[in-house]
Amino acid sequence: MAITTMVGARIHRREDPRLVRGQGRYTDDFVRPHTLHMAVVRSPYAHARIRSLDTSAARQAPGVVAVLTAADFKPVIAGAMPVAPAFVPEKKQTPERFPIVEKEACFQGEPVAVVVAEDRYQAADAAQLVQVDWEPLPAVMDLEQAMRPGSPTVHEGGPDNIGWDLTFSADADAAFAEAEVVVEQRIYQQRLAPTPMEPRAILAEWNSGDETMTMWMSSQSPHFIRLFVGGALGIPESRFRVIAPDVGGGFGSKISPYPEDYLVPAAAKLLGRPVKWTETRTENLQNATHGRGQYYDLAIAGNRDGKLLGLKVTQYLDIGAYVGTFGAFQACACLLPGAYVWKQVASRTVGVLTNKVPTDPYRGAGRPEATHLVERMVDLFAREIGMDPAEVRRKNFITEFPHTNPFGLVYDSGNYAGALDKALQIAGYEQFRREQEAARAQGRLLGVGLSTWIEICGFGPSAATAPATGGMALTESAQVRVFPTGSVTCYVGTHSHGQGHDTTFAQIVADALGVPYDQVEIRHGDTAEGPSFGYGTYGSRSLAVGGMALLTAAGRVRDKAKKIAAHVLEAAEEDVVFDQGQFYVKGSPERRKSIQEIAFAAYGAGLPEGMELGLEAVAYYDPSNFVWPFGAHICMVEVDRETGDVKILRYVAVDDCGNVINPMIVEGQIHGGVAQGIAQALYEEVVYAEDGTLRTGTMLDYAVPTANEMPPMTLDRTVTPSPTNELGVKGIGEAGTIAASAAVINAVCDALAPLGIRHVDMPASPDRIWKLMQEAKA
Amino acid sequence: MKHKVSVVINGKQREDEVEPRLLLVHYIRDVAGLTGTHIGCDTSQCGACTVLLDGKAIKSCTMFAVQADGHEIRTIEGLAAPDGTLHPIQQAFWDEHGLQCGYCTPGFIMAAAYLLDQNPNPTEEEIRKGLEGNLCRCTGYVNIVKAVQSAARKMAGTTAVGATGE
Repeated sequence: MAITTMVGARIHRREDPRLVRGQGRYTDDFVRPHTLHMAVVRSPYAHARIRSLDTSAARQAPGVVAVLTAADFKPVIAGAMPVAPAFVPEKKQTPERFPIVEKEACFQGEPVAVVVAEDRYQAADAAQLVQVDWEPLPAVMDLEQAMRPGSPTVHEGGPDNIGWDLTFSADADAAFAEAEVVVEQRIYQQRLAPTPMEPRAILAEWNSGDETMTMWMSSQSPHFIRLFVGGALGIPESRFRVIAPDVGGGFGSKISPYPEDYLVPAAAKLLGRPVKWTETRTENLQNATHGRGQYYDLAIAGNRDGKLLGLKVTQYLDIGAYVGTFGAFQACACLLPGAYVWKQVASRTVGVLTNKVPTDPYRGAGRPEATHLVERMVDLFAREIGMDPAEVRRKNFITEFPHTNPFGLVYDSGNYAGALDKALQIAGYEQFRREQEAARAQGRLLGVGLSTWIEICGFGPSAATAPATGGMALTESAQVRVFPTGSVTCYVGTHSHGQGHDTTFAQIVADALGVPYDQVEIRHGDTAEGPSFGYGTYGSRSLAVGGMALLTAAGRVRDKAKKIAAHVLEAAEEDVVFDQGQFYVKGSPERRKSIQEIAFAAYGAGLPEGMELGLEAVAYYDPSNFVWPFGAHICMVEVDRETGDVKILRYVAVDDCGNVINPMIVEGQIHGGVAQGIAQALYEEVVYAEDGTLRTGTMLDYAVPTANEMPPMTLDRTVTPSPTNELGVKGIGEAGTIAASAAVINAVCDALAPLGIRHVDMPASPDRIWKLMQEAKA
Repeated sequence: MKHKVSVVINGKQREDEVEPRLLLVHYIRDVAGLTGTHIGCDTSQCGACTVLLDGKAIKSCTMFAVQADGHEIRTIEGLAAPDGTLHPIQQAFWDEHGLQCGYCTPGFIMAAAYLLDQNPNPTEEEIRKGLEGNLCRCTGYVNIVKAVQSAARKMAGTTAVGATGE
């Protein structure tokens, strides 16, 4: 791109004035006349069969309009909920999931009936009156037990509990055979609840006159919801409008369709009145898809000079009771090589069914896991050979790009040592090592941890993504309309729910068309507007794919405007130059027309012969590759010897997401991402009792950190543009989360090293560390 | 049986007949139509529903509407000046990128208004401690803390308009 005025500027977000005034419009804020409210009756058991279901008392409760069960929904919702075949051709079983239980509930919280009433209190009251006679069945909760032959099955009559078993590459034996050192470790990744501050919400209105459905909902991907739900309800996309207005965070948990996404519009259609359902926080913690929930058996091989040779990984992934729509995207094998050169990497993933809510993408989805594993293993290896972990990393970094990793993925650009060196310098690594030595002499436990992370994002090339999703390529669309007076409205297929796209995208278009930033409107989240399909926001794709779609559409508009300008200026097209919103004739700069003048001309008479009127364009952008951000995070901690409490002393993050459109927004994304990584490392965990009861069903029990727990962060960056796209951008939405848990846990393990403790699993809570310290003493 | 509730919200008097069990937050949102006050949990942990009751920050999900009878309520919609000028805390959240998805933001701003009313010159630690009743999932609190610091500087020497009323 040309040197520009808006791109790269720290522009304050245009979204904010209305949000700080309380003028945001989230789904529950919308009101339609005569709206009914829905409450969901859910299974209290992790696994149970319905002997009988009695709704008579609920039907007679005040304000109740209907109580609907599977028998009512079966005739109007066709088929099972979707599951992407992603990466796992060897799926052994994909249990069918209907949005509401007919006979057998397979996790606590699964819907069995809905109550629809005049107000939300009446619906909630009446839901208590639905009588279900349950026959409890054995709950399969533990992964290792679930894999044992003869284990009870998650679904009655299931062959076993193996959802998939796939070997990506089996062979690392040669690398291990020549290695001087092999280190083995089992590492756990606890289940996490994504916990956006806005729980899910849906308002559906069926217009029986013109047979159209309008659905407002808290979603990251409204077009996918229209595709799936419209298909199941037999409503063509042309008459099904999904609007995802302001959305209070998603973090991956608002991508896939949920049972209520079908039940609410189906109820609205059956009852002929708008129906609203707003999730409670307990319902959210219980029913919104969880992330992570895995353990790994790992081995790393290398030589005493620090050279890494091989890595072997088996992933055991807790699928939950049904395979999540994008559940298999958590299989992280392809990213395990990290930032390093290996001779061989062997990887296998096993998906295991349990009687829990399904797992699905949560911020990072597979990449935080991959980073945590390889960064932990590199540290364990460094400790085994007695070499500084920074030194081991430097010796093994990939230095030449493009680089093809052992799984055939091509890293586009990077400077891994550059980011690490900058981070080490900012953090004062050498100085800290000296302080650590002195502190250790006094019996204090100081530690420093590195995470030299990489990421695959910008999903993605159609050739790679269409097979993974079952046919839909994860490309992106945009439409740019220039109105006769020169203001611009852009429609994008991505969805912003905190990422500030309205600002970032307007910066790109203002530069591309040379129009004032304030005259560029960005619209998203309404399937009735813009191109016919949009792919939504997840996987740090919006800028690298959506931004490029927008730039491409703007380019088409500019190309047409240039033709018109040449005609109006009576010059050859190749003699016309465009700069900062003006078309000039080369050599005679006084002959010029602004893009606004050309826009007006585009809707008038006298266009070049054969040219259609108008100044607008649609683009679908299919990237040639993924993009590959990277960086180096450093965490310094002190562990309290008496209590096991971890205090973060310093957190430094040097990240590289290629060219930066808005530095302020990029920094905000890193802050939030790091916070979620620290939260996994130290605080959060979804806990189920053995009988399948969720123990972390409120925010009192599920420890989302407060401002008290979060450290200040020092951020910096290097800039290595991506050669994959014209903007030179990569993604940044998940980077912090991908990087942080490894940095924190490596620091904790470093702090505990004098006690002989090798590894700490997450969350590294005071009680876990205290127990490890007691064991180490014994 | 319904009860009469008489309150002043954002300077305007209103009277309504409500069920005794109606939560104040539902009264504010569904009856008064002020949807800037949000609901993020069921157990008074998240603080998204924070409003000022007689100048003091409260979680409006933890009170019944009838308990607010005779009291003055200020919500996020009532914080800016009548001419639309943002309150210094609102402005600081904008300036410092103290919000992303915006869902927790009204609660944070109201909690910060009370915090600065009580302690106009808080340390970073006092800000973090003072906002521990509010959860944010997007920002890591980094820029929220900065916003409150920035607002405190701007408000120094001025009356904390909005926190305790006119």
